[in-house]
Amino acid sequence: MNGRVSEDDLHAYLDGQLEPERVAAVEAWLASDPIDAERVRQWAEQKDGLHRLFDRVLDEPVPPRLTIAAITARRRWAGRSLPRLAAALALVMLGAVGGWWLRDEQGLAGTGGAVAMVGDALSAHVVFASEVRHPVEVAVSERAHLVGWLSKRLGAELKVPDLSPSGYALIGGRLLPASTGPAAQFMYESKTGLRLTLYLRRGDGGATAFRFANQNGVEAFYWMDGPFGYAIVADLPRDQLMPLAKAVYLQLEK
Amino acid sequence: MSTVESQIEELIPALRRYARALTGNISVADDLVQDCLERSLSRLALWRRGSDLRAWLFTIMRNIRVNDLTRQRTRPDMTASDEDLDRQSAAPTQGDRMVVRDLASALEQLVPEQREVVLLVGLEGMSYAEVAEVTGVPLGTVMSRLKRGRDRLSHLMNGSEPAIRRVK
Repeated sequence: MNGRVSEDDLHAYLDGQLEPERVAAVEAWLASDPIDAERVRQWAEQKDGLHRLFDRVLDEPVPPRLTIAAITARRRWAGRSLPRLAAALALVMLGAVGGWWLRDEQGLAGTGGAVAMVGDALSAHVVFASEVRHPVEVAVSERAHLVGWLSKRLGAELKVPDLSPSGYALIGGRLLPASTGPAAQFMYESKTGLRLTLYLRRGDGGATAFRFANQNGVEAFYWMDGPFGYAIVADLPRDQLMPLAKAVYLQLEK
Repeated sequence: MSTVESQIEELIPALRRYARALTGNISVADDLVQDCLERSLSRLALWRRGSDLRAWLFTIMRNIRVNDLTRQRTRPDMTASDEDLDRQSAAPTQGDRMVVRDLASALEQLVPEQREVVLLVGLEGMSYAEVAEVTGVPLGTVMSRLKRGRDRLSHLMNGSEPAIRRVK
């Protein structure tokens, strides 16, 4: 190799890391040495090839398990090896019996977000569940599109629980605005036309116990878990809504 | 979410891209990213505010990968010299003999030490000094691995030497 232009220089030139005052010398060398010029060309081709192979990963949606929210939530639960579900359901039972207003595991941090969420979920339920002709924006007949679309808008893969064993069939869903960004509402209907909605939006990453809320006789169960906050809302007594909330929770946990 | 956490979140796509290139396998790669995120979030207090967050994350991920590979015993001795590494990567392995002409396969044939440097420079666009920080080796070693890695890729791609495809 030429004493003035080293092999390191060739790589640094290719990688844009050469001192500016050396660039002219390297370019002159490459113009005079076809073998080195060809080597640099091949390295440049490798770099382009790497981008062609792997840049598409940058455009892939980040899997929900890799979001900061999901990882933070898992970390908060880590070390509490009691099965989460058992713990959560125990809290539900306590709530059902005592009508407790349960405190978040993390104290009251994050509670504001959950309370705001359930308020929005109740309002959305009241507005749309009573809608006869247009209760949903996308009907269940386009289920794949519905789930794909809302997953995309909420930025994470959504799971839509099947409540047919409990007597509620999915009829569709819609996109809703929330102060924190987009929210999704899925609507279910019983054979008797009773409607139940599952409302979800991005959470703050925390996990909370199940809670109740009530607005003018409409009941809601809600909880935050990893990337999402969930609320299940229906015009049902608490003791009838609770098993439905459990079914939803169980399916979302799978 | 704290400011640092949102900055980490913005780097997740880049971590995934690098992990994918490094491992060649989507689920192994995402597991690696997950481990990296869990570890970095649990050690956030150790991150020096104002220092390069990307380099810190890549360092954590790199070290997890090294541990994984050590555990799987698919990795050479960490103290191996570059000459040892060259011998190792050039040595025939079991399986079909087949000249590798595509970059993805050629990349898989590089020893991990060369592959990581080639990727950190060529794909992530890191400076040589950053790569030295991430990999924990001196700058001279970074340059030597980069040169050997790139030359080896050229050889593999040109089929100018017998290249062996590893069978999974």
